[in-house]
Amino acid sequence: MTDVLGNMISRRAFLGQSGYGVGAAALGSLLAKEQGQLLIPTVRRPKARRVIHLCMAGGPSHLEGFDWKPELRRRHGQDMPESFTKGQPIAQLQGQKLRCLGPQYEFSRHGESGQQISDAFPQMAQLADDICIVRSMFTEQINHDPAHTFMNTGTAISGRPSMGSWVLYGLGSETEDLPGFVVLSSVGKGGQAQPISARQWHCGFLPGRHQGVRFHSVGDPVHYVGRPPGVDAASQREVLDAIRDLDLLQKGDGSNPEIDTRIAQYEMGYRMHASVPELTDLSDEPQDVLDLYGTRGGDGTYASNCLLARRLAERGVRFIQLYHRAWDHHGNIRGGFAISAKEVDRATYALVTDLKRRGLLEDTLIIYGGEFGRTPMGQGSGRDHHIKGFSLWLAGAGIRGGFTHGATDELGYHAVQDRVHVNDLHATMLHLLGMDHERLTYRYRGRDFRLTDVGGEIVRPILA
Amino acid sequence: MSYPITLMLLFCAGALAAPQDAARLSFNRSIRPILAESCFPCHGPDGGARKAGLRLDHRDDAIAKLTTGHRAIVPGDPSASELLRRLRHHDTSERMPPANSGRTISTAHIAKLEQWIREGAVWERHWAFIPPRRPDAPVIADAAAARNAIDAFIVSRLEREGIRPSPQADPRTLARRLSIDLTGLPPSVPDVDAFAAAPNDASYERYVDTLLASPHFGERMAQFWLDLVRYADTSGYHGDQPISFWPFRDWVIRAFNDGMPFDAFTTAQLAGDLLPSPSQGQLVASGYNHLNQKTSEGGAQDKEYLAIYRADRVRTAASVWMGVTLGCAQCHDHKFDPFTAQDFYSFAAIFEDINDKGYYAGSKWEPQMRVPSAEQTQKLEDLARQIDRAQEKLDAETAEIVKARAAWAERERDAILKAQPPTLGPWSSAGPFFAKTFDAAYAQRFAPETGAPASWKPQPTWKDGALHTLTGDTAAKYLSRNITAHSDNKVVISLGSDDAIKVWLDGKEVFAKKITRGVQPDQERLPLSLTEGAHEVTMKIVNGTGGYGFYFRVVRDGPPDNVVAALRVSLEERNAAQRDLIAKHHREIAPELTGIRAERKRLQAAKAAVETSIPTTLVSRARKPRQVRILNRGDWQDETGPVVTPGGPRVFEQIAPQGDRVTRLDLARWLTSGEHPLTARVFVNRVWRLFFGTGLSRSLDNLGSQGEWPTHPALLDWLAVDFVASGWDVKRLVKMMVTSTTYRRSAAPRPDLSVRDPANRLYARQSTWRLDGEFVRDNALAVSGLLVRTVGGPSVRPYQPAGYWRELNFPKRVYKHDGDAQRQHRRGLYTWWQRSFLHPSLRAFDAPSREECTAERPRSNTPLQALVLLNDPSFVEAARVLAARVLETEAKSDTERVNGLWRRAFSRTPTPAERSRLLRLLTAQRARFAKAPEAATRLVGVGVAARAPALDTIEHAAWTQLARTILNLHGSIVRP
Repeated sequence: MTDVLGNMISRRAFLGQSGYGVGAAALGSLLAKEQGQLLIPTVRRPKARRVIHLCMAGGPSHLEGFDWKPELRRRHGQDMPESFTKGQPIAQLQGQKLRCLGPQYEFSRHGESGQQISDAFPQMAQLADDICIVRSMFTEQINHDPAHTFMNTGTAISGRPSMGSWVLYGLGSETEDLPGFVVLSSVGKGGQAQPISARQWHCGFLPGRHQGVRFHSVGDPVHYVGRPPGVDAASQREVLDAIRDLDLLQKGDGSNPEIDTRIAQYEMGYRMHASVPELTDLSDEPQDVLDLYGTRGGDGTYASNCLLARRLAERGVRFIQLYHRAWDHHGNIRGGFAISAKEVDRATYALVTDLKRRGLLEDTLIIYGGEFGRTPMGQGSGRDHHIKGFSLWLAGAGIRGGFTHGATDELGYHAVQDRVHVNDLHATMLHLLGMDHERLTYRYRGRDFRLTDVGGEIVRPILA
Repeated sequence: MSYPITLMLLFCAGALAAPQDAARLSFNRSIRPILAESCFPCHGPDGGARKAGLRLDHRDDAIAKLTTGHRAIVPGDPSASELLRRLRHHDTSERMPPANSGRTISTAHIAKLEQWIREGAVWERHWAFIPPRRPDAPVIADAAAARNAIDAFIVSRLEREGIRPSPQADPRTLARRLSIDLTGLPPSVPDVDAFAAAPNDASYERYVDTLLASPHFGERMAQFWLDLVRYADTSGYHGDQPISFWPFRDWVIRAFNDGMPFDAFTTAQLAGDLLPSPSQGQLVASGYNHLNQKTSEGGAQDKEYLAIYRADRVRTAASVWMGVTLGCAQCHDHKFDPFTAQDFYSFAAIFEDINDKGYYAGSKWEPQMRVPSAEQTQKLEDLARQIDRAQEKLDAETAEIVKARAAWAERERDAILKAQPPTLGPWSSAGPFFAKTFDAAYAQRFAPETGAPASWKPQPTWKDGALHTLTGDTAAKYLSRNITAHSDNKVVISLGSDDAIKVWLDGKEVFAKKITRGVQPDQERLPLSLTEGAHEVTMKIVNGTGGYGFYFRVVRDGPPDNVVAALRVSLEERNAAQRDLIAKHHREIAPELTGIRAERKRLQAAKAAVETSIPTTLVSRARKPRQVRILNRGDWQDETGPVVTPGGPRVFEQIAPQGDRVTRLDLARWLTSGEHPLTARVFVNRVWRLFFGTGLSRSLDNLGSQGEWPTHPALLDWLAVDFVASGWDVKRLVKMMVTSTTYRRSAAPRPDLSVRDPANRLYARQSTWRLDGEFVRDNALAVSGLLVRTVGGPSVRPYQPAGYWRELNFPKRVYKHDGDAQRQHRRGLYTWWQRSFLHPSLRAFDAPSREECTAERPRSNTPLQALVLLNDPSFVEAARVLAARVLETEAKSDTERVNGLWRRAFSRTPTPAERSRLLRLLTAQRARFAKAPEAATRLVGVGVAARAPALDTIEHAAWTQLARTILNLHGSIVRP
């Protein structure tokens, strides 16, 4: 990686930890803009400018989704060979008889690439030539909450920055009217809705402005963006003007970067009064677009969030994360998976297609997948949590579409070929964004922390 | 040993100024930071990562002959030192640090290393690992500039640097600064006026004493401490369920208010339960050991989570009391500090007697202790006495009751002897019938309900009064049997089910309950009126996921079985015990005793009410210590590592156990013996930050070799030693800091310092900084007069945006703000601390989630903060109440009112420019609301606070806008 990037990061690290408090924060955000221009055009032109992470929360089964296992079907009902499971971590199946549960759906080949995709995803299957399926993911955490933390921060210890915060810290924001890292969530009907902690979009020890901002589907889309009752825009503007004037009087002739920053932040807050409603008002979307996503918006569904994700991407938001809390299928995976799949199939297809039409897909990295997969062994009619092998897919900026990377063993238990650790995924994502994961560091408690902790290899075969 | 002054002169942060004289380089000041940054990762304490067998943090290793035959360092001989050759090597493949390491070293640093080697390469132990000795306070030229030792150290350095300190701040600013710093609240207007009228040392000190004696001092200090020990109201992981812990928070407040010495404060938290006859407070304090995040996520494994909690405990205790990152040695030896993985696990082993679980099924947090107040204890005793008296009355054998009993017993005996229990046929079952969801399985009418043919299977082995297991997720199973009554008969059936249940008698639905639960005996009691003859009972048991089963038994309607048995015995043959049993039962049903039973019931209910109102808190209870092994790379499944014995990191003097094993109590005594190099330094450094904005060493949570060298090491040591010598007196320490001249200086920025000392690390002036989130809230409530100053109690729920808890589950929760003003307007400290979803206004102002130990909150400045102050109902309500107070109490002129508003907020009169700007806003807002009176009504109706109906709505709304402006100003959220 070039000196330009190296310098940029060390300057950032310096500013981030300098004791100048608010003043440094202000300087930092000015610098962020400058670096946005500095970094993207000059450094080995990065492929991706933004990321959309479609997080299928709850642990979607790879065996019903993107990893076809005929052998598992053949052994349906038979004992799971102990050679696979001995000494392996296990969640709710602790102490129970382990039997194979065959895949509940047929798989078909799609597109010119002939990628194998479950029939539960008829629309997504049409993206076969755009997406790169990774069948050899593995993670280290077997329970939802720590596994999400691991997927977002590269470690299970609370208090570390999430990947969106790291990306924002490294690249800055491209919008002055919206937060640079936005989180949306929806709840499905086909599986247990696992809780999601705000830790997942937390900036950890990075400066507060890198925090993910949760957009809500009811009430104010952003907390406190709505004016008090009885105060209209003009009235609020008068108050803001008075605040600015009085703060400037307080500042006097001297320099006070804290006050300057605060004034600037009030201005951004004011702009958000307008920009957020403008973002969420879908009345300017033509009918065919609404039909494509299958939503009229404003209902907090995954489809509605996918459409918002495109609008956020258009407006320069750097990192967009959608949670669909639906995929924890401990029982009746056949029925439940179908419901969850139907909830996301069309809208996911629509999002990729819509971005492509608008020329945004080429610099948007899309990551689709959950915090882990599910066991080849049945848990009654469902499947338990599984971390030793699972699937996800990527599409867009710099990704080799129509390609399947890695493999699990014949029963879909262990990732055995071209294994991809969560740290590797992060390293690859940062690489596509033009950042060296080993140099994107932040010093905290005397140690240089990374998103990839002490690991991470770029997964080169999946790059276009 | 004491630091000679000449050595002290060298103690300065390299970044600020190079030492003026060309004295020898100090290893700790100049060399260790270079080696730590550029070399230790591969040539430091971590044996696992060490390259080429070279270790540079120990002298013996660094000067030893390497396998190559070279010596890295030859003291006194730079040219023979391989280290320098490799650092300067022209060949990049030879040069250190390696190009691919991402580390670099500057030529200036290499030159320093060369000088140090030339001077003999003297190693020193890391300064923070050597116990502090009290240095002499330096003599300064301007003796008048020092009120106490703090000033001597600070001024001495300033004199050396040739920097003139700022003058004292004006009295109003000083009073405001003191009040905010010591209580987290703005000063009252009369207090400021009084001090401003006579701003002398005596009145200053009096004001300090008043504030230190205020109950709000404890609240302020607790806020700082609770971040460190990660106090919260919820479990953190996954479902993030509530845990009652607030008695711990109140104990911390009380401890600071009561002036509890820091050593006792430490001991109570680490090991209160191990003290001889611990007090209630000491037990409550020992809850510290349970403040870690916990899980009740289904499928979590005990062992894995015990390992997670253990690591958390090590990280926290090491950070809170030693300010070191011992947690970094969980998977490998520490990269920079002399801590090994063995140290990590030995330290962890000290806590292995804590009675905790890894997985808390059903969120049953334990061990809990009830913490009744003195008043509650008294009430319980009174009620118990009254219940005893009522029972005595109930038990009294009067002629009337003896007679009534004899008649009743005879009647009941006849009935029992005549009664014939119904005959039960064997069970048959149909199903399971599957549906997509639990709801559907419950609602759907499968064949047995519709009368369509269904295949019934006989179940002759199903016994009554036992739990039976069924199988199937999102499924329904039907059970049916005959029941034949031999006379018209009332029976009761006792039922249990996992999950939901419906019951039909002869095809008619008689009971239905949609519920998810595990099966237990007697979950339901269902009376059935049977006519003589055959009947059919059918049940539908519906399962969601997981366990599935039912329970069934017929019980008689009437006295319990043992009383029935006694009644069966004839009057003559009954023994004393049987007679007693009958008498006792009769007293519970006799109509003659209805009144006294009601009285007893009322008292019992009152007692139960008091009992449920008694808070609980988690406490430590020692168990047999678990064995601890070194986990290879931190892997909890690895059981091959060696077993460790409890102890402290070996770089320190070892902990001497009182018994045969180092306990938490031994640890507490070791930390507070006064000889520990870190305990006091870490604490005074953190307290310093509360009053001066940054620590003397800025790294509040790492005084190890990667931590920042203190700007005033001798002052830090002086304060630490003095603190211990004072008997760990926290109030005294605080008082010394805030009565120093250094504290009292003006914070006004100085152009001359903006280059020389932009971060104000030399304390030539005071600093200003943004208030912590809780105090931002407190200020608005206090200025408006809304603040409820009650100290302690259960956590409260201020207004919070709807739906913010939507992502929580197990169980789902709906946030409801406190409607009672007494609870709504409490200090931010008492806000319900939901770890995974901390209140968004606190969050916006950088309050930590308290999932992990936080030694230093960031002080960010974001648009979300602006939105909170502008639009959060808490602040809008405070503004409209503040406006109302001004309108009600100030003289009638607008000018007077603006003055009054400003004084309440900032303890001073506005300047003419400030005043006229507000008056301009007032005119504009009046005009707006006059045109939109409805808008005015809406604005002044925000919040639960009462509103004086006499106020003119339009006028009130306009002034509310002024008050909002005031509460949004920089000056409202900044410590001056």
